[in-house]
Formats: sequence, C-alpha cells, structure tokens
Amino acid sequence: MKVPGKMLPKIIGFIVRKPVTVLYPKQRLTPPETLRGKMKFHLDRCISCGLCARDCPSAACTMHEIDGKKRPVFDLDYCTFCAQCAESCPKDAIEMTSEFELAHYKKGEAIVK
Amino acid sequence: MVCGKGVEGIDILLTLLYLFIFPGFLFLFAFSLFTEYLDRKIYARMQRRVGPPFLQPFADLVKLAAKEDVVPEKAEHFMFTAAPIIGLAAIFAAYLYLPIVSSTGLHSFNGDLVVVLYLLTIPTLALFLGGWYSGNVFGQKGGMRVASLLFSYEIPFFLALLTPALIEGSWKMADIVHFEISHPLEFIVSLLGFVIALIALQGKLERLPFDIPEAETEIVAGPLVEYSGRRLALFRLARDAEMVVGAGLLAVVFLAGPEPIVQLEPVYLSWIVGALVFLVKTLFVIFLLILMKSAVARIRTDQMISFAYKWLIPLALVQIFIAIMVRFLGGI
Amino acid sequence: MGRVKLPIGPQHPALKEPENFTITLDGERVVDVDIRIGYTHRGIEKLMESRTYTQNLYLVERICGICSYAHVENFTQNVEEILGIQIPKRAEYIRTLFLELERLHSHFLWLGVAGHEIGFDTLFMYTWQDREVVQDLLEMISGNRVNYAMNAIGGVRRDVSVEHQKKVLQGMDYLEKRAEYYKEVAINEKTILARAENVGILKTKDALKFSAVGPTARASGITVDIRKDDPYASYLDTPFDVITTNTNDVLGRVVVRVLEIFESIKIIRYLMAHLPVGEIVTKAPRKVPEGESISHTEAPRGEDFHYLRSNGTEKPERYKVRTPTLANLPALAEMLKGTYLADVPIIVAAIDPCMGCMDRVLLLKGNEKPGELVDGERLRRYSIKWFAERGWKA
Ligand code: SF4
Ligand code: SF4
Repeated sequence: MKVPGKMLPKIIGFIVRKPVTVLYPKQRLTPPETLRGKMKFHLDRCISCGLCARDCPSAACTMHEIDGKKRPVFDLDYCTFCAQCAESCPKDAIEMTSEFELAHYKKGEAIVK
Repeated sequence: MVCGKGVEGIDILLTLLYLFIFPGFLFLFAFSLFTEYLDRKIYARMQRRVGPPFLQPFADLVKLAAKEDVVPEKAEHFMFTAAPIIGLAAIFAAYLYLPIVSSTGLHSFNGDLVVVLYLLTIPTLALFLGGWYSGNVFGQKGGMRVASLLFSYEIPFFLALLTPALIEGSWKMADIVHFEISHPLEFIVSLLGFVIALIALQGKLERLPFDIPEAETEIVAGPLVEYSGRRLALFRLARDAEMVVGAGLLAVVFLAGPEPIVQLEPVYLSWIVGALVFLVKTLFVIFLLILMKSAVARIRTDQMISFAYKWLIPLALVQIFIAIMVRFLGGI
Repeated sequence: MGRVKLPIGPQHPALKEPENFTITLDGERVVDVDIRIGYTHRGIEKLMESRTYTQNLYLVERICGICSYAHVENFTQNVEEILGIQIPKRAEYIRTLFLELERLHSHFLWLGVAGHEIGFDTLFMYTWQDREVVQDLLEMISGNRVNYAMNAIGGVRRDVSVEHQKKVLQGMDYLEKRAEYYKEVAINEKTILARAENVGILKTKDALKFSAVGPTARASGITVDIRKDDPYASYLDTPFDVITTNTNDVLGRVVVRVLEIFESIKIIRYLMAHLPVGEIVTKAPRKVPEGESISHTEAPRGEDFHYLRSNGTEKPERYKVRTPTLANLPALAEMLKGTYLADVPIIVAAIDPCMGCMDRVLLLKGNEKPGELVDGERLRRYSIKWFAERGWKA
C-alpha cells in the first residue's frame, strides 16, 4: 500500500534497542587480521636489495644506511598501506600487521625502522 | 491583574516567580533545550545512532553565543538583528497565556486562545524577515518559501484549534480545559482536529516533511544562511521554544492541559502537579512530532500547498462542521 | 522576485564534491543551467606518466573513492592486453567478485545519498549501516575498506579462502533481505514517490542523443551494460540480467539500482559456488612493449573508459580516463531544465555523480576575470615563501 511513513513500524522498535554505532575510543571494533596496517620490519631477513623502495608508490619506503647496513625505512606519513613493499620483498622481511591507530602529533613521528 | 483561581491571591513575589522562574522564562528555556535534546536523541535512536549527550543543546547554545557574530554587508542591519528577537519575544509572550500549572495561565480572558494563535504566527514572519533582509540569495529564496507556505499551514492550524472552542462555545482556554475534563467524549469528537493541528504544527515548525524553507540540500539553510553567533543562537532557541509552546497549546486545547487539577496546600504544590501533568501531555505531543519526522522525505513547495488545500483545509472544515453539529444537537 | 541566478556549488550541502551549477530560476522553476566543472582536477593522468606500472596500480585506484576497483580493473586489463598475458581463471572470478561487491556498496551508498537529498535521513542512516556489511567483507578479503589494492598485473594479490566464501555468502543473505525491504519502501513510501515520480525526465531519445551511460541510461529504457555488451573478467560465464525500466524518471533510477543489487547478489552467489581452483596470478614483466590499448568496464555509475599508450619502458607514455559521470553530465543538463529548484539536488544525485574522478582538465581563461595566471613553478615558489614568512617549514 502506498502510504507516507512506510518505515515507521520498524523505526519505532529501534528507539529502545541498542544503537549500532559505537563510541570510539571507549568502545572499539576489532579489525580483521588481514587488515593492511602498520608494517613490521625484520632486519635480520633483509638482504638490502632495495626492491621495496623501488616499487613503493608513494616514496614512503626509502633506503638508508644505518649501522653499516643498507635497509629500508618506512615513513608512515607518506604510506598508503598498499603492501606493495611486502609483496616486492623477496625475503619476506616486511610484514603487514593489523595495527591501524597511528595518529600522532608531529610530522615524522611515525617511522618504522 | 485578572487572575484565575489557581493563581488567585498570591503576592508579588510569587507572581515574579511565576513569570521568571517557574513556570516562566527560565523553565521554558530549560524545557526547550530539553525538547531539543529529546528530539535529537530519539531521532538518533530511531536511526540506530547514539545521539547527543544530555547537555549538548545547552553546550551548542553557549558555543554559538560565544562565537563571532557576523552581519553581512548587504544585510539590513536593524531588521537582521530584530528578526530573531521579535520571534523569541512572541513565543515567550504566547507561553505566558498557556495554562500550565492550573487551568488558567498568568492572565486568562475570553479570547486568549486567539491571542496565542496570533502570537505563534509571529516567529514565522520573523523568519521571513530575517531571510529577506539578510541580502543573501539563498536567504531570500528561503524567505519567499516561508511566506508562500505560511497560509497552507496557518489556516488548517487555526481551523483545527477552533474546533474545541466551538464545541465549548468559549474562546477562553481555561473554559476549554474545564469543559474537556468534564466531557471526555470531546476528545474523540475533536480527534480529527488534533491530527490536523499536529500536521500543521509540524509545518509551522518547519520540520520534516515540511522543512521546505530550510531544505539543507536545496537552499543550504534558507533564511538562516547568513546568521551566525548570538543571532543564530536566538533563532535556534526560538525554534525550540516554539516547539514547546506549539505542543503545549495542542496539549491544552485537545488534551485538557494541566487538568485534572489536584487541590493541594500550599498552592505551589498543586502548581507542580499541574505542571507535571501538562509536561507529560506536551511530551506526548512532541513525541508524535518526532515520529512524524522520522520516516518521511521532504516534500516540495507545490506539493505542500496542494496537500494543504486538498486535504488539510477541507478536513478541518469537516471537523468544524462536526463541531457545529454536535453543539447544535445539544452537546456531548 | 523575477529571475534569479542561484549558484549551486562549488561549495553546497547538496554536492558532496566541488562543482558548480549556476541555475537561473523563475520563481521555483529552473529555466537554465550552466554547469562548470574542473574544480577537482588532480592531474592524475600526467602523474601516471612518471610512475612505473606497479606504482600506478595504486594511483589509478585513487581516481575514485567509491568505484576505485573499476579503475584498477581497467588499468590492469589495458596492461595485460598489451603484454598479451592471460590471467588465471580463479583470478578472473575473484576480480568479478570485487567488481560486484563494489557495485553493492556503491548502490547502497547511493540509496542513502538519494534519501539524504530529499531529506529522508533515516533511510540514509539505514542503508549506510547495511553498506558496512559489504565494506567489512571487502576489508576481510583485501585488507582495506575502500582502496582494496587487490589487483596485480597478471592476476590478483590475495586469495579468497573457504572461510571468506562462507562469510561472503552470509553477508549476501543479509543484504538480500535488506534490499527486499528497501525495494518495498522505495516503491510504497508516499513521500519518496512524491519526490521521485516524474521528476528529472530523460526520454529514451534524449538519453541516446546525450550518450548517457549506466543506470541513468538503463532507467530510460536503453539496454546498455558493458558486462553484457563486451564481457570482461568472468562475466561471460556468469548468468545475470540487465535491468532496465522505462519510466525515464528518478524513481526509475532508484528501481534500477535496487534491482541491480539483487543481480549483484545473484552473481556473487554464482561466483562463490563456481570458484575455480588454481593459481591467482601469472608473472608479468616490468617493461611493457610499445602498444596501445583501450578498456572499458561497467562501473557502478556506468561505463568507465581507459586508454593506455605504452612505449616499451617501465612507465606509460599516455594514459586517459573517461569516467561515467562526465558522460552523464550533458544528459543531466537536459534533465534539470524546467524542473523545480527543490528537485535539483535529487536529479543531480540520481546520476550518481562522482565529480572528483571526472575532472580531467582545468580550463584557464586568462581574460575572464581580473587576476593573473600563475604557472606551477611560480605557485610552488610562492607557497614556499608564504610558509617561510610565517616561520613554518614546508
Ligand atoms: S605499504 Fe605501500 S606505500 Fe607503504 S611503504 Fe609499503 S609500498 Fe610504500
Ligand atoms: S625488498 Fe626486502 S630484502 Fe630487499 S631491501 Fe626491501 S626489505 Fe630488504
């Protein structure tokens, strides 16, 4: 039947039901494990090939010489979390985790070494 | 001062108390903000959102009042400032006539119903003036819409609210309230009028589905588009207060307001009971208003006008006819 | 009030993105519309020329925030075409799964936006809540809600596990029920009908004349759907119907989209039941030989068209994108004429515009307004100076 307020019967019921939105950060939803979040870098596996830096689309992953070893450094301010670096790495030295709460105050504070 | 029986013989202090604190301006102020909270919260819950915290409307008001208040260069300064004040003042004035604590308001006389009705049209005019003199094309468009819609809800609103007065044969709200409480059947007779008045009130308050003058996605905020800071705060407060007074008026005229009155000593105790009854009824009306806005889309100007002339006004006339018949046949 | 020129946009609550419609009004009637585009030009095509194909995978995705996957699909198809590689069957199916999931979330999103434009915020909240289900599925499989980064040149990057399949099917059951409900609401709610019926008329012959695409064209009775007309991914094996209506109005566009939700659910169920086993990616070389290729897909908003010219290096020589919104704009101007001002937002929304992805060029007319034209280099230097003066480091 064509009436105004077609959704009303359903809507009224929701007044007393729990809302679906959550009050972040008091309540949190857990992201799936497959989420592409902050990466973890395993220095011991890295062979300094530079493939990760070559394929990074946003220049977040760059090669630096630290303690005598050439290795990638990830600046999350630039990172788009595409996980291409993890895929390009021949030694699986880069691993994406599901950590996503990366807010910080200053540029350059979120660096993964 | 002509006082009704509930307010009779009280000293000046109580009058002042009545005027400014309870159930006067301060109470209206608090209650308006509370209704806004209810409106937003229940609406949010219906949409499965969490909704604002309790003091949010108050916080919004304070924040707005503290903000920079800009008057656009093109706006007519005087009218631009006067509009929200006029609107708010009219509503506060109308509020004083409502019988809230006892069957009479602060000042009850034959014809007070008509006065309240007139006072309640002023905020709409204020909105029109504010929009028109803001010098903004969206504001003017909104103002035009306010003006062109005015009659499509004012006429049914007037007609519907006159029904109980016709049945009872008095233009005094106190009499209507008394009559209603002694003749509960009247509610059924004037049920149609109640529904019409409710719909028209929704239109008066410019709420969905009749929020045409302010249609956010069409003309941004309509008349309010140039308002900011304190002036906007006043308009918003006026809107909330109008909702309270409008709903209160329906509660009085159709649902017998604060009656049944319990006589208690001292007098303010019975005031409080009366006010509670009034509050419950008003909140019921407000709840209906919220329900109405939750499940509909905004209609167009032309649709609203044709809806008013095709349905609301004819039905209101039918209701008046019923009222006259009832009176003619010897009342209820 | 006479004739008024009302600027809708570049900033306006009805538009989610900056675009300008200057509307000439006679009372509440629209007599003329002047559409100006180009506010969100981002120079993506030029940028693509300076990046490798691998890097471009993630750049094309960012052309659009809603139909991001259709763009990647086009890009990879182009590159694969020139390379001459055949992607594994399983990869094809997974790509189709994503294309359809994307259509689902886009249509749910659109339904909400349309509701919001006509003031029906409750519908808006509900559909977006249901859209979350699709988003969660996408996030679960690909690792991101919007930019899935699923495609690699030569296949897909992530596999769909058995558990994922189960979850996807559960999600479909839920969404089907919801879509059923919205269908019921959309065609029976009086106020929606009042706002959608006979509004924004686009006659079949006008739709053809102005080359409308996607649901906009299908709601005008034109059977056009790239999935059927020029099947890509696994659409050739997948049974589904092309939905059309011939009401030519906004309601028709609502109905087409709601019914397409059912078709998408049907396709996804089929894909999940017939997912072939095997590899998900074929190895592709980094350098792409000289060549040219075009590719088009049926994005949720209509035909999305990409062109690639390669020159034998790691980077494309020229890339061109034409998004469905651009194709629908001329038709939109036609629809807007003679309507009420109040109907403008819903008519604009009914083509499901995505202005950000549409802007390919920026027109600079030097003598149009007082002011000066500044080239990129001078602008850059100016901004560095501006920041330096305020003691900020760029
Ligand atoms: S995730 Fe993508 S953007 Fe981030 S560092 Fe790796 S390749 Fe670069
Ligand atoms: S690709 Fe892997 S191994 Fe090579 S430099 Fe990067 S992290 Fe090290």
